[in-house]
Amino acid sequence: MKKNNLKGWLYLLPALLFLGAFMVYPLIDVLIYSIEEGYNSASQTFFGYGLYNYSYVLHDPYFLQAINNTFILVAITVPISTGFALLISLALNSIQKLKDFFQTVYFLPYVTNTLAVGLVFMILFKKTPYSEGLVNLLISWFGGRSVDFIDGPYWAKMFVLCFYTIWVVLPFKVLILTSALASVNQDYYKVAKLDATPRWRVFTRITLPMISPMIFYLVITGFIGAFKAYSDAVALFGTDLNGAGMNTIVGYVYDMLYGNSGGYPSYASAAALILFAIVLTITCINLMVSHDNVQY
Amino acid sequence: MKVVLKDLTKIFPSRNKKEKQGVTAVDHFNIEIPDGKLVGLLGPSGCGKSTALNLISGLETPTEGKIFFGDVDVTDLPPENRGVGLVFQNYALYPHMTVRQNIMFPLENLKGDAKLSKEQMEERVQQAADLVQIGTLMERKPAEMSGGQQQRVAIARAIVKYPDVLLLDEPLSNLDARLRLQTREEIRRIQRETGITTIFVTHDQEEAMSISDFIIVMRSGRIHQVGKPQNVYDDPVDLFVATFLGTPQINVFEGEVKDEKLFIGDAEILDVKGARNGKVWACIRPEGFIPDPKGPLVCHLNGVEVMGRDSSVVATHPADTAIIRAIVSSESEIDKALDTVSFSLKPYKVHLFDRETEERIRFDY
Ligand SMILES: Nc1ncnc2c1ncn2[C@@H]1O[C@H](COP(=O)(O)OP(=O)(O)OP(=O)(O)O)[C@@H](O)[C@H]1O
Ligand SMILES: [Mg+2]
Repeated sequence: MKKNNLKGWLYLLPALLFLGAFMVYPLIDVLIYSIEEGYNSASQTFFGYGLYNYSYVLHDPYFLQAINNTFILVAITVPISTGFALLISLALNSIQKLKDFFQTVYFLPYVTNTLAVGLVFMILFKKTPYSEGLVNLLISWFGGRSVDFIDGPYWAKMFVLCFYTIWVVLPFKVLILTSALASVNQDYYKVAKLDATPRWRVFTRITLPMISPMIFYLVITGFIGAFKAYSDAVALFGTDLNGAGMNTIVGYVYDMLYGNSGGYPSYASAAALILFAIVLTITCINLMVSHDNVQY
Repeated sequence: MKVVLKDLTKIFPSRNKKEKQGVTAVDHFNIEIPDGKLVGLLGPSGCGKSTALNLISGLETPTEGKIFFGDVDVTDLPPENRGVGLVFQNYALYPHMTVRQNIMFPLENLKGDAKLSKEQMEERVQQAADLVQIGTLMERKPAEMSGGQQQRVAIARAIVKYPDVLLLDEPLSNLDARLRLQTREEIRRIQRETGITTIFVTHDQEEAMSISDFIIVMRSGRIHQVGKPQNVYDDPVDLFVATFLGTPQINVFEGEVKDEKLFIGDAEILDVKGARNGKVWACIRPEGFIPDPKGPLVCHLNGVEVMGRDSSVVATHPADTAIIRAIVSSESEIDKALDTVSFSLKPYKVHLFDRETEERIRFDY
């Protein structure tokens, strides 16, 4: 028995070494960086250990702005994109003929380059001296006042960022949910039909519980993905996100390392670990909720 | 409730454009199923049994023909208004609901006058559960139960609404041999106690024969024969019915009728008064052989398998390569040392069928 165990560990060794080198070691390194006070990257020296870096980051208005932005992004895009994906999947599932065609259409954003899509969004929303942007044209068509979505008020920029994020994550969710719906045994629906079950009840009592594991999977990965958002914001607002007031937590970390104001790995590490703590907490809450609600 | 099918036909349109003709799954069914009977719908895989059931339940719409429940034409009625209970082959129990919730689900859908109070529902659920003897498992989920128990839950869910007609689609095919025997008796008991007209689909002839009041034997969408199990077994109308019913299978020989005598190979086997001349399939039930040293049917003896009360004699006939199985009483004396064994035949266990049309050729004995 003991010998077998040893053998098992031996087989695992390559994977463990790999994980250790590329995941555990960097994590510990980040932890150490984050408690080294006054680290100077040029001379590679520091004063001592402590929690000053965390305190600095948590009092940095840019970081607070980034946290604020990230939370708004998460709170808006995760429920809306999941809900939308569910609606689209249900529609797709009920029109058999159009299924393949629509699946391709909705999957397009998934295979398109994020930056290229960002460019297109910019054209749609940006106001330049020469053009108002397509969306503004529409708005004025309906008699509204034009808004600068890229350089204008905060809510307009946030709207574009959320819109864009939802648009990018939607196809994957639609794909997952359509296949989840398609894999529900049709016999359940036949039984329900014989029992004169109203449509709404079929949805809430049969369809939803059946695909609930997939929905929770999407919510959890959606939360994690949205917390780690960065490239979407860059695609829309350029690299000076702090200036635009649209930075995210990951953006802040990046700026602290390499940005114009960069060169502070200690602050970056502290911010990264704060993000880690937030994501971990949210994921644990998610898992607890899903454990109580996914019944099988 | 009496169930009447008139010229009931279902043709599935073909998806393949080259092949214009669709699949005829059910072909002009004409049958009357009396009230309160247990009917076995029997046939090989793919012959249209499930389709016939789905037509009766309303899940499929017929291409042609009519369905009556009692005197009411239900052909155009949606499934939920027909008052049928259906048990699927895989039971289709909702996996996320407990047994109680599963059985109660149909009752919660009732509307208008039929609406029940919470107490009435509880009572009906308990009644149905007691009938199928799962009263102690009410809080379990389907995954926590055996196949036989799940099957009972599925029946309870189908009968809790007091349907007029109960349809069972191969309800025993997921069970092991022992449980199958037990559960089919159970179905028989439940049907007797409730008196619900029940149609029961199976491809296992033994299953159908053992519990049905009537059996319907079908192949390729067509009904071949309807009748009491024993009558169909004793008096098959064609070669298919004769070969489909009975284990071990009926023995089939190439034979010929000349001057009211049956020949297999060159040997004259049996007097068949009234049979016309011509080539035939001569079919002999395994229990139709009588070991008789002076008997006309001389076979090569391969072996004798003693099975307690009976013995199974395995032999081959020189005119045919097929293995013959004869079931004879253990007391009959067969000299196992000999190469050959001779039989005389019970004439009522011998059936003749036309070699071309496979229709029955009757004779007097
Ligand atoms: N939805 C459908 N579309 C096209 N053809 C179908 C459809 N359903 C069944 N068929 C065809 O109709 C015929 C009868 O099918 P059915 O399911 O009724 O057979 P069955 O007797 O229940 O077989 P089994 O014992 O294997 O369950 C088959 O040839 C099948 O291929
Ligand atoms: Mg079937």
